Amino acid sequence: MTNTPRTLYQKIWDAHVVDTRDDGTCLIYIDRHLVHEVTSPQAFESLRVAGRPVRRPDLTLAVPDHNLPTTARRDASGGRVPIADAQSAQQLDMLEKNAPAFGIRYIGDADREQGIVHVVGPEQGFSLPGATIVCGDSHTASHGGLGALAFGIGTSEVEHVLATQTLLLKQSKSMEVRVEGKLGAGVTPKDVVLHVIGVIGTAGGTGHVIEFCGNVFEEMTVEGRLTVCNMAIEGGARAGLVAPDATTFAYVEGRPYAPTGADWDKALAWWKSLATDKGATFDKSVHIRAEDIQPTITWGTSPEDTSAIGGVVPAPEDFADASKRDAVKHSLEYMGLTPGTKLTEVEVQNVFIGSCTNSRIEDIRAAAEVLKGRHKAAGVKWAIVVPGSGLVKEQAEAEGLDKIIIDAGLEWREPGCSACLAMNPDKVPAGERCASTSNRNFTGRQGPGARTHLMSPAMAAAAAVTGKLTDVRDLAPAN
Amino acid sequence: MKAINHVAGKAIPFGRKNVDTDVIIPAHWLKTVTRDGLGQGAFEAVKKEEGNVFTDPVNAGAPILIAGDNFGCGSSREHAAWALLDMGITCVIAPSFSDIFSGNAFKNGILTVALPQAAIDRLMEVAQTDPIDIDLDTQSVTTPFQDRFSFEIDAFRKHCLLNGLDEVGLTMAQGAAISTYEDKARESLPFLAKTLASAA
Repeated sequence: MTNTPRTLYQKIWDAHVVDTRDDGTCLIYIDRHLVHEVTSPQAFESLRVAGRPVRRPDLTLAVPDHNLPTTARRDASGGRVPIADAQSAQQLDMLEKNAPAFGIRYIGDADREQGIVHVVGPEQGFSLPGATIVCGDSHTASHGGLGALAFGIGTSEVEHVLATQTLLLKQSKSMEVRVEGKLGAGVTPKDVVLHVIGVIGTAGGTGHVIEFCGNVFEEMTVEGRLTVCNMAIEGGARAGLVAPDATTFAYVEGRPYAPTGADWDKALAWWKSLATDKGATFDKSVHIRAEDIQPTITWGTSPEDTSAIGGVVPAPEDFADASKRDAVKHSLEYMGLTPGTKLTEVEVQNVFIGSCTNSRIEDIRAAAEVLKGRHKAAGVKWAIVVPGSGLVKEQAEAEGLDKIIIDAGLEWREPGCSACLAMNPDKVPAGERCASTSNRNFTGRQGPGARTHLMSPAMAAAAAVTGKLTDVRDLAPAN
Repeated sequence: MKAINHVAGKAIPFGRKNVDTDVIIPAHWLKTVTRDGLGQGAFEAVKKEEGNVFTDPVNAGAPILIAGDNFGCGSSREHAAWALLDMGITCVIAPSFSDIFSGNAFKNGILTVALPQAAIDRLMEVAQTDPIDIDLDTQSVTTPFQDRFSFEIDAFRKHCLLNGLDEVGLTMAQGAAISTYEDKARESLPFLAKTLASAA
């Protein structure tokens, strides 16, 4: 090993190289593999056809999340409530059968540990700093909040990892996103990452792994870092990272799958050595002042279409690039928005608080804090809060947050991916608007014709209260 | 994986930028447990737009798609690649591709060709009326009008595509190297080499 200063990304990469080819392609060892029902059936089928076993079932964890309804899963007598959508039921059934057939640990649909894979992994201590973590889901980038190299893969790669516990990869370039200064009141990790994507664009991180650096991320909780890294993929980067530190170690220690005893001591020593060395260089750097970040939302159909909540709907002519102008025209048409309209005048009919971006206990607390003593506006027809896991749900209920949410007129649901991508029954009706804490405002993402505005949990709760996109800092005092 | 070398024929002049995989295949089509039949759902929302290129009969069965920058961004769903294949598309030409999509395309024998925007503009023009020809061996895109654009491709990917190689099989042949790594990791990174569940 040379003494050249290295980045965090480089150090994790170097520790996982099984083999290097002449062209630079590496065979990289994968430490943790999360499996869900949507992107795995074809992979298991291919293994079965080829007679191949799973190489390391002990490093693999299967959890259903995308298709599960967020209503009760067991009836009063403990029987399974049937799932109306036959295709959803079939996918869930296949995971439930494939996992034990291949010796993989499976968390069931009604287990208290069940939840969105990207909430479950960190919560269980399955996801660890310095580990390589994959899942057939692009939001695997989330786990980078622990200082893990985590990224989404396609189904062929799921099969490759199941069979070999490795992936053939070319090293990405490195990109530093440094945010320094003091965040203003009401500015959350979600606002930070939306602002970053607005600055770099959805292709800004393509071909790169982003390391989020600076005091803003150092001072952030692990849950905030998971939110930030979750959306690295929305900036085009396959993975995002925050260096593991004392905050990370305190978060990981004592979790069910986390190392203990001598292994813990050894882990801690290695994790402390992972931070990017002084003098290490990045292929690309972006510097942002924390003071420039306002509570941020999206107005269009790409996550880069961001604006401070105090702004107005832009016009296509505001953009220099011709193809972007065309995209904005399409976006505004789809979103039913007129240039020049104040964002705070835009009415919403639906509110979704949840998803792998914002469904952890701190997110539920932030929403509940806004909802406490307030009530959903009459114009808001549908507003649901979907915790990220059964354990988040239990914790929220222990703190009485469910009561605050229900008293405010919102629904308190069972954990899952839900209306983030509407594979289960939770959909936003066509032509209606949704204030959503999820990660993608793509055309049709929350249901055909649905219009999504991305924002933080506090801002989504504020929108529920007023029935409009709202600056949470301007809310009238609660009763 | 089917070997691929030469793709020639009609190209669909789509040209749109930042086409995400939700646009290529919306989530409600992801409930399938096979790889087939997804062509029906491909570009579902775009197909509803008036004058779109996908329902235009002249593009029926076209093997090539031309798109704008950052094609395939967003979700990692390999269904996007399967949907394109099911439509009969075996080559996508764009100025750039998302990392995950280009990997998924490659693993399904779809050739992704990255060319500068100026070349894309010219091919969009040609594709209105004439066929386009892509040759992987010589790494070139040509038209009946003497246009010739060279493209770069990773040598390993090229080798796999030309020979239709199964990557899983190739890596399994390296089982001994993987075992050596695992033995070493059990010593140096014991906390990663196992989970508490397996230790118990």
